[in-house]
Amino acid sequence: MDRFVFLTFDGLSKGAVLAAFALALVLIWRAARIVNFAQGAMAVAAAYAGYSVTSATGSYWLGFAAALVGGLLIGVVVERAVMRFVDHSSPLSEVIVALGLVLVVQAVLGMVYGNEFLPAGTPFSRNALSVGDVPLLSRYDLFVFGAVLLVLLGLALLFTRTSVGLRMRASAFAPEVSRLLGVNVGGMLTLGWALASAVGALAALLVIPTELGLHPHAMDLVFVSAFTAAVVGGLDSPPGAVVGGLTVGLILSYVSGYLGSDVTPMAVLVLLLAVLLVRPGGLFSSTVARQA
Amino acid sequence: MSEQTITPAAPAAAPAPAPKRSVALPGFLSGSTLLRHLVLAVLAGVLLFLLTQQLDPFRNFQLATVAAYLCATAGLTLLVGMNGQLSLGHGALMAVGAYTVALAQNAFADKGITGNQVLPLSLALGVLVTMAAGAVIGLAAARLRGPYLAGVTLAVAVAVPAATVTFDETFNSEQGLSVAVEPPPLSLGLYFPNERWQAWVALTGALLTMLLLANLVRSRVGRNLRAVRDDEVAARLAGIHVGRTQVLAFVVSAASAGLGGGLMALLAQSVSPGAFSLTLSLFLLMAVVIGGLGSLSGAVWGAVLLVALPDLTHDSAQLVSLSPAVAQRLEGNLPLAVFGLTLIVVMIAAPGGVQGLLRRIGARVRRRAPAR
Repeated sequence: MDRFVFLTFDGLSKGAVLAAFALALVLIWRAARIVNFAQGAMAVAAAYAGYSVTSATGSYWLGFAAALVGGLLIGVVVERAVMRFVDHSSPLSEVIVALGLVLVVQAVLGMVYGNEFLPAGTPFSRNALSVGDVPLLSRYDLFVFGAVLLVLLGLALLFTRTSVGLRMRASAFAPEVSRLLGVNVGGMLTLGWALASAVGALAALLVIPTELGLHPHAMDLVFVSAFTAAVVGGLDSPPGAVVGGLTVGLILSYVSGYLGSDVTPMAVLVLLLAVLLVRPGGLFSSTVARQA
Repeated sequence: MSEQTITPAAPAAAPAPAPKRSVALPGFLSGSTLLRHLVLAVLAGVLLFLLTQQLDPFRNFQLATVAAYLCATAGLTLLVGMNGQLSLGHGALMAVGAYTVALAQNAFADKGITGNQVLPLSLALGVLVTMAAGAVIGLAAARLRGPYLAGVTLAVAVAVPAATVTFDETFNSEQGLSVAVEPPPLSLGLYFPNERWQAWVALTGALLTMLLLANLVRSRVGRNLRAVRDDEVAARLAGIHVGRTQVLAFVVSAASAGLGGGLMALLAQSVSPGAFSLTLSLFLLMAVVIGGLGSLSGAVWGAVLLVALPDLTHDSAQLVSLSPAVAQRLEGNLPLAVFGLTLIVVMIAAPGGVQGLLRRIGARVRRRAPAR
C-alpha cells in the first residue's frame, strides 16, 4: 500500500511535467497545425543553455531563467528561420523538417557538450517528506507542481483575458480574416512558437534532474510520452493535455514501479496505440472528424 | 522509373502507361515491364560483379553496407513516396529482421546444420517475422494519418530497442548477440576474401528487392498505392480498398526493411540495440527524402549517401588538425549535423531530392540539345 501511494505521488509529479510538455505540443498544434517533433531537442538545447549559465555563475535560478529565455529565443529562431519556409500542403514535409532539426540540434549539442550524461542539479532536496511513516512527496516535487500550475494559470489568463491572447486565438482560427482585421498573423505565429518552446524548456528543466541527467537524447522518451499524453487529451485541447499528462504519468509510474523501468517505452507504445485505435480524437476532442 | 501522377478515377485495370524514357529501347523491351526490369537487373548484377572483383576489401564491405541499406530505403520509398505513409520506425523493423537472422543463424550453428541453404533460410525467416511485425503496425497505421502515424511509428522506434533489455535472456540486453556466419563456400577457393562474399550476398538481396519492388510499383498494385496517396476518397470511389492497400504497402515495406536488417546482421556479425536506435530510423527517412521520394532510384542515392557521407565528413574533418578531444566529439556528431541540415535544405529548396534534381537537369539538357 505504501508503495502504491508513493508511486501515485511520483506519477503525479512526472505527470505534471508531461502535462507541461504536452501543453507545448498542443500550443503549436493549435497555432500552426504542426506537431512539433523537434520539441524535445529544442527543450534540451534550452536546458543545456541553462546548465552553462548555472555552471558559470553557480546559481540555479540564473540558469533557470536563462533556459526559459533560451527556450523563447529557440522557438523564435526555429519558426522564423525554418518552419516558415516549409511547404504546408503535405503534413509529411513539416514532420520531416522537424526531424531534420532534431538531428541538427542533437548533433550540435553533442559537439559542444559531448555525448555523455552531465549531472543536473535541483534547487530543492529530492528526499521524500513523510507523513507518518509513508514517504509522499519531496520538496522538489512540490516545486514541480507549483511551477507547472503557475504556467497553466499564466497561459489560461493569457489566452482568455488579454488582447494578445485573443489575437493569437483569432489568427490560429481564421488567419485570413484576422489579417484583414489588422492582426499581425505571422507575429502571433512566432509568439506561439516562442511560448510553446519556453514551456517545453521548463518541462525539460523540471524532468531532467529526475532522470539520468543532461544528454542530447534526454528528451526522446519524454517526447514520446508527452505526445501520447497530448493524444490522450486530444491534440486540440489544453485542459486535455493536462489531464492526459497526469494520466500518462500515473500509468507510467505504476508500470515502471511494478514491472520495471525498461518496460516503460513499450507501455507508452501500447497506450498510444490503444488510445488511437479506440478513441482517435482523444478524450477531450471537440471536433467530430479528425482532419489531420 | 519516372514519377507519374495517376488519375485515381481511372479504371484500375487500365494498361500501364508507357514510361517516359530518355533512351530509346528496342520494342521488345518497352513492351514488357518484367522483361525490361529483368534485363536491367541482370545488367546491374554483371556490372556489380565486375566491380566487386576490382574493389579492395574495405570498399567491398562498404558496397555491401550500401546494398543492405538499399533494401530498407527502397522499402521506405515505397511506403512514404508511393503510398504517403510516414514511418519513423523502419530502424526498429530492421532490428526485428536483424535479431531474427541472428537467432536463426545461431540456432542453426548450435544444431550443427551447415551448408548453402542456411543463409537464405535464415534471411527468409527474418523477412517473414518482420512482415508479421509490419502487418501489426500496418493494421494500426491504416487507421491513422499524418502526425498521428508519425507519433506511433516514433514510439515503435523507441520501444523496440528497449524490448531487447526487457527480454534479456533472448536478446542479451545492451551487449547484443554475436551472429554465427559461415565463411565463404570452399568452392570459391581457400583465400577468397570474406568482404567480397559479403558484398555478393548483400547485393543479391538488394537486386532482388529492387527487381520485385520495381515490378510492384509498375503494376496495378503500384497504381493503387499512388492513387491512395494522391486522394483517398477518389481512390475509394474507384473501387480501391484503401485500408487494405495501406496495410499491404506497410507489409511490403517491412519485408524489405527486414531483409536489410538481416543483411546488416550478417555484415556486422553482431546485433545490438545501439545499432538500431531512433537515429537509424531518422537516417533512413532522411536518406529517402534526400535521394528523392518520387522513385526507387532515389533510394539508391539515399543508400549510397548513408555510407558515403559519414566517410566524407570523417575525411574532411581530418584535413583540419584538431585536438583529440574535439576530434572525438566531432567524430559521430558532424555527419549527424550535415545530414540534418541537408534534410532541411532539401525539404525546403528541392523537395524532389537528388533524383528530382537529376531529372530536371536531364530535361533541361534535352531541351537545349535540339536548339544547337
